[in-house]
Amino acid sequence: MATAAQQAGVGVQLLTGSEVMANVVRLADVDVITAYPIRPYDTVMQYVSRFISNGEFDADYIPAESEHGQFEIVKHACACGARVFTGSSGVGWLYAMEPLAVTAGLRLPMVALVGCRALDDPGAFGTEHNDAMLVRDLGWLITFPDAAQEVVELGLLAYRVAEDPKVFLPCAIAMDGAFLTHSQATVRLPSQEQVKKFLPPYNRGDMLLHPDNPITIAPQANEDWLMEVRRQSSEAAKRAYTVLKDAHKDFCRIFGESTNPFLDEYMTEDADVVLCGLGTLSLPVKVAIREMRKEGKKVGLVRLKWFRPFPTEELRASLSRFKAVGVVDRDYSFGSPFHGGILLNEVKAALYGLDKQPRVKGFVCGLGGREVLLENVKHMADEILAIAKSGKADTQVEWIGVRG
Amino acid sequence: MSVISFEIVYRGIYQKTLANKISRTLVLAAVKEGKQGISFGRYSDSPERNGIPAKLFGYIADNSEELQAVAAKYEPKQVDVSICVDDTMCKGVESWAWYGLQPITAVTKPGGTLIVTSNYKTDDLVKHIHRRGTPYKLAIVPGGASMAGLWVYKNDGTDARVLGAALKAEPSICSMASLEQAIRENIGGDAHIEAARASFEDTRSDEVKPGQGNTEVPFTFQLLKWTEMREGVVIDGVGGHNNYRDLEGGYEPGRNEVFKKWSTRTMRPVVAFDKCTKCTLCWIACPDTVFDVTPDGYFDANMEACCGCGVCEAICPVSDCITMVNEVVFEDRGSQYLMWKKDAQAYQGYLTDKRKKGKVEKRFPITGLAAAFSGAGLDGGHNLNSAKAKSVKDFK
Repeated sequence: MATAAQQAGVGVQLLTGSEVMANVVRLADVDVITAYPIRPYDTVMQYVSRFISNGEFDADYIPAESEHGQFEIVKHACACGARVFTGSSGVGWLYAMEPLAVTAGLRLPMVALVGCRALDDPGAFGTEHNDAMLVRDLGWLITFPDAAQEVVELGLLAYRVAEDPKVFLPCAIAMDGAFLTHSQATVRLPSQEQVKKFLPPYNRGDMLLHPDNPITIAPQANEDWLMEVRRQSSEAAKRAYTVLKDAHKDFCRIFGESTNPFLDEYMTEDADVVLCGLGTLSLPVKVAIREMRKEGKKVGLVRLKWFRPFPTEELRASLSRFKAVGVVDRDYSFGSPFHGGILLNEVKAALYGLDKQPRVKGFVCGLGGREVLLENVKHMADEILAIAKSGKADTQVEWIGVRG
Repeated sequence: MSVISFEIVYRGIYQKTLANKISRTLVLAAVKEGKQGISFGRYSDSPERNGIPAKLFGYIADNSEELQAVAAKYEPKQVDVSICVDDTMCKGVESWAWYGLQPITAVTKPGGTLIVTSNYKTDDLVKHIHRRGTPYKLAIVPGGASMAGLWVYKNDGTDARVLGAALKAEPSICSMASLEQAIRENIGGDAHIEAARASFEDTRSDEVKPGQGNTEVPFTFQLLKWTEMREGVVIDGVGGHNNYRDLEGGYEPGRNEVFKKWSTRTMRPVVAFDKCTKCTLCWIACPDTVFDVTPDGYFDANMEACCGCGVCEAICPVSDCITMVNEVVFEDRGSQYLMWKKDAQAYQGYLTDKRKKGKVEKRFPITGLAAAFSGAGLDGGHNLNSAKAKSVKDFK
């Protein structure tokens, strides 16, 4: 066998998205981890605990009594200066909603994995983004990796940005259940030295909850105080944008990967229209685009790597280049302006007021873990091409891949 | 473009690690030669319950663009190699995901290979496998269903032997040297490598011709449109307080016609009605309401509904009245009671014959899973018929 060919496999591991996240947790030398099982998040619990039991990683690993307790424990550990990791899925994540809100309110840089899962009932565990999206207004940073390899970048950036004193906000790494949490793909992991260079120790500074630093956190504060507190959070969320941009430059310098901090643009240079979405949607969209290009259809993809901070400027600059845009939601926002999804509403809001606006049409697809098939993508792209051609607005949100 | 795809059909949850080892190692062996690969499960199977048929898939491609092109289609519609690590699933699989009953070769390519771990012969299995319009090859890796476990991986070498057979079926995956290296890194040492090599050399496949096999039409159903479904996630009950079969009297509970779950079964109860005292314990204890009540007060285990847990056998107070027998020795799901009523003597012969061929011995009471750990009956891997078979301890 050729040596070169064999070398191609060197350093490559076959890992699920959850497994890569566990490796990021190990490489980031996290101090305190709490766990409470719910799929698809729970896979990461198993990988982290295996590292610990094998002696490959040293951390406090606390199985909690519920998601509420799980998030409370790391929230407090985080206030005491511990780098933390936790996570959940679907209604488990929602059961922790109180600590989730408070963690952001108290500016604690918790990093959590959301294994995106439908909010059951009815009993379901396939991916939908509504669980992760439910913290979008609270100050949480939210990132959507599209493949196991990208979990390295976005996972490390999550710690770096969340723990930056200019930000101090929690970060959710939203992984599509099954498609990313459970699929094993070939991944190259960075070295411990590289990660050390990139990720400084978490320093809570004078906000540290410690007997040597007597402070009170979160006393009662009513109408006399709260608006100012909220204003601070808003500024921190704004600053996250710049901090992330700078951190990403550093990431590229050290790891030599990734091109754009906020957007993954695929075949957009000469595109007439693009589809816009989050997460693992990129796989069928990229493959469909390659096939459609052969037919002369100039379609591209603009994927948001980060939903919070929302890359408003980048998105305005990017999408205004195209005649029409299809926003693909793997979530729903019932009763919202066009009865589509959350991403659609945000993209439309971001584009409003631009002199040169593309036509925007919304799609809802892939709910409950339904596969987004190549024919689904091609159908959406054809719809958008038709809008680009006619130039007529189409505010009708279309459901893709639903029976009936 | 050259892409190789494979599936591993296994029983949740205790064969999950086994299937995962096989899938991973196969992909990693190909990656050693510069190929790209991905391994993933049918996620809907993933809340695995004891015995539920589940699937893992893998793609191996020359480059990442080719890999993406197939991975974007998710579950393969056709695979080069199907691997089934429990021969009772040759009768078809009904996954937790509720797709109806899928023939074991549902996605095996025309001319592709089905590898089954089994102590039975080709003809014994072919009669269970649903016939199809295209030919396929059947290769048997000697040994029963390995109960390699989930949390504790009782490695009996099944993984390595299946890998050897898979490479034989599809030599373009990688070289034997790469497979050996991958086995060493992901499974075990010399004993495993030797087992893989032996399996590679020994495994023969027989061609199964179009039309050959089980003539039964697998049950299916139509998924409803959103406009047809009841709102509020309400599902109508199956209802029914029915007479026993076509007879007057007796009782047969209403059952879901399209979600039967019997493919979960690795063994079934056979009832010696002559010994039955009508004590009702099996009927009461059965967790799936499998026992139909006959007009004359006997209890007939309905094979359309039985998951094969063995609770009835464990609770039956009469010795040799209810016996669990390996599912592979049966070719039908008919009523034992009616067979007995028709000809008690012939039924006695049937009973004796089936017990002789497949009685599942030495199980702990109550749980079906216990069979897995008691080293009897279903316990595979250990009872290798292959000349080069190794005992479990050799794999430690």
